[in-house]
Amino acid sequence: MAVNTQTWWQQGRVVETSDLAKGVRRVVLAPDRPVHAAPGTHVDLRLELDGHVRKRSYSVLRSEDGGRRITLGVQLAASSRGGSRHMHGLEVGDVVEMTGPVQSFPLGVGADRYVLVAGGIGVTALVAMADALRRRGADYTLVLAGRSRRVMAYLDELVETHGDRVRVFVDDEDVHLDVETLVGEIAGSPAAARTEMYMCGPIRLMDAIRRAWVARELPEPNLRFETFGSSGAWAAEEFVVHLPQLDRSVSVGKDSSMLDALEDAGVDVMWDCRKGECGICQVKVLDVSGRIDHRDVFLSRQQKETYASLCLCVARAARGESGSGSADPAAVTLHLP
Amino acid sequence: MTTAVARPIDPAAPTTAASKIFNFPRNTWYVAAWDHEVTGKQPLARTVADRPLALWRNSEGRAVAMADACWHRLAPLSKGKLFGDEIQCPYHGLRYNSAGRCTSMPAQETINPSATVPSYPVVERHRYVWVWVGDPDLADPASVPDMHQMDSPDWAGDGETIYAPCNYQLVLDNLMDLTHEEFVHSSSIGQDELSEAEFDVSHTDRGVTVTRWMRNIDAPPFWLKNMRDKFPGFSGKVDRWQIIHFEAPSTICIDVGVAKAGTGAPEGDRSQGVNGFVMNTITPETARTSHYFWAFMRNYRLESQTITTQLRQGVHGVFGEDEEMLAAQQSAIDANPDHEFYSLNIDAGGMWVRRILDRMLQAEGLPSAAAAK
Ligand code: FES
Ligand code: FES
Ligand SMILES: [Fe+2]
Repeated sequence: MAVNTQTWWQQGRVVETSDLAKGVRRVVLAPDRPVHAAPGTHVDLRLELDGHVRKRSYSVLRSEDGGRRITLGVQLAASSRGGSRHMHGLEVGDVVEMTGPVQSFPLGVGADRYVLVAGGIGVTALVAMADALRRRGADYTLVLAGRSRRVMAYLDELVETHGDRVRVFVDDEDVHLDVETLVGEIAGSPAAARTEMYMCGPIRLMDAIRRAWVARELPEPNLRFETFGSSGAWAAEEFVVHLPQLDRSVSVGKDSSMLDALEDAGVDVMWDCRKGECGICQVKVLDVSGRIDHRDVFLSRQQKETYASLCLCVARAARGESGSGSADPAAVTLHLP
Repeated sequence: MTTAVARPIDPAAPTTAASKIFNFPRNTWYVAAWDHEVTGKQPLARTVADRPLALWRNSEGRAVAMADACWHRLAPLSKGKLFGDEIQCPYHGLRYNSAGRCTSMPAQETINPSATVPSYPVVERHRYVWVWVGDPDLADPASVPDMHQMDSPDWAGDGETIYAPCNYQLVLDNLMDLTHEEFVHSSSIGQDELSEAEFDVSHTDRGVTVTRWMRNIDAPPFWLKNMRDKFPGFSGKVDRWQIIHFEAPSTICIDVGVAKAGTGAPEGDRSQGVNGFVMNTITPETARTSHYFWAFMRNYRLESQTITTQLRQGVHGVFGEDEEMLAAQQSAIDANPDHEFYSLNIDAGGMWVRRILDRMLQAEGLPSAAAAK
């Protein structure tokens, strides 16, 4: 389970596209420097969006023929920052700038039991893991949760491949995933301390699982996840950033992150991961009008609740439930370092 | 990525099996250390097949092999401290469990979910710690080479590690053809009959055996001493054997011995003789350096620690002569990049070894010749 955080760029040609489910597009890329992509890897793509070059990460659904065919599954996000719309527009023959496989979500070896939990499009990160576990003859369960069967990519294929190891929860069929029960089952099993959970999905689902995991005193390192900071507690909306030190305000569009908007406005900000993990882009919050939708995994729950700071790369401001109806956009006032 | 790509073998592909700097497969077990070298007190740094590893033992006593580079700024974890089930980076104190998962980041309240260091499959067997630095999904403990004499109650003995400044294949060549004993080891085990005696070579998919019998000869000094340990006052002619067993990728167990001449040893009755097994397993460190683990095991006078010590020292002396030759050979290879290897009849065993390894390399999509530096 090598970890590879090294990033190099190459070109990938689109060799196949198809629809996997409603709003989910399958894109097969043929990179010019093929390297097998292990389960859990993703590739970063450099996309031209509205005249800006943006980096977007997509999990590798499948790597075939030694990485000569890399399959991605892309959901058209309602609150797309532009990336998914662009990806859905790709056609066979198009060429994209892509990295080699980057591994920051490696599948471990030697656990007694594995539980993979996919919320919605999060399934793309887990398909290859489930296949690897099946090949190894490991003890595993694949939990798939989604809003409706129509939007759940790979559902039939996974059920066919993994049989009764798959558990399906569909909101519009009133079969809801109960996180407490799921984590409770793990905590109550004899393999509790040697069960690894891999999860990928909306931040709200992952937060709930994290809380349950900690509450049950399961070993924290056994809970593994990856986040691209792309889902939050509220839908993305336009908001304003006030920067009193610089005596200016920057508006952040629905399709752009705060970090992107500040950079585009010529503000010098520091960052590294751009996905809410490292905390390098953390800044102090002086004032909030509305709510902060943190979306990062760097700050602890307590730190998030105090609203003292936020991670520029993923955090957004939202009017939230209370502010709905108000015409003014939400706003945050920041102190830049 | 460490994961190798499996590709079908093309039988028509030209073979360069006689490469001077032979490549090494990754999807296989290599000995990383003697079991006693890996402790729960202090991590051990050792490079296996170009992968620097930190080796340590967790609180259950299980050996762990992790990449020797911290996720954060790549400081070597082998210079860190052990705390039961965790290893702590010496630089900024990140801690990892034996699966390589970060368990603590002292300077913040959460743990970055990507923070992981590769942890490689490990098996402890035959007094060694074996690691698998290739695709972990292919790591099958059943494929650890058979070295049962190392820890069987029917055998006694001990060994050492040689740090050999040469490509691992040169060591395998050295062990697959023992005619060099006549020239390199003339004062201990060498004798004229070695080069003169006929030999047989047989092979399977994973193994090669070279058998050589020398009948009715004088015992060289090393073997005369061993005969006298078992048969005090022995003198006279002996039948001598060398049966070399190679098991892929780099383990060679050599069944050696002498018996009183004409007492039926070639037919299977070794009771009138002394029998030893020279256990060798070679781990490529880099393309030009190797860890050469060896032991000499015997099946007589099991209780005598004196004999164990004498044999270890004796073989140490003999292998010192090989080491010198191997280092000199590697220097000559590096100094003559345009010169090829040629082969002799005596290289048949070694060439079968190369054929088997070449197929393992092809299966991983790797070339036979290792990249030059
Ligand atoms: S850049 Fe890493 S958390 Fe924002
Ligand atoms: S390099 Fe290991 S903690 Fe910083
Ligand atoms: Fe020798």
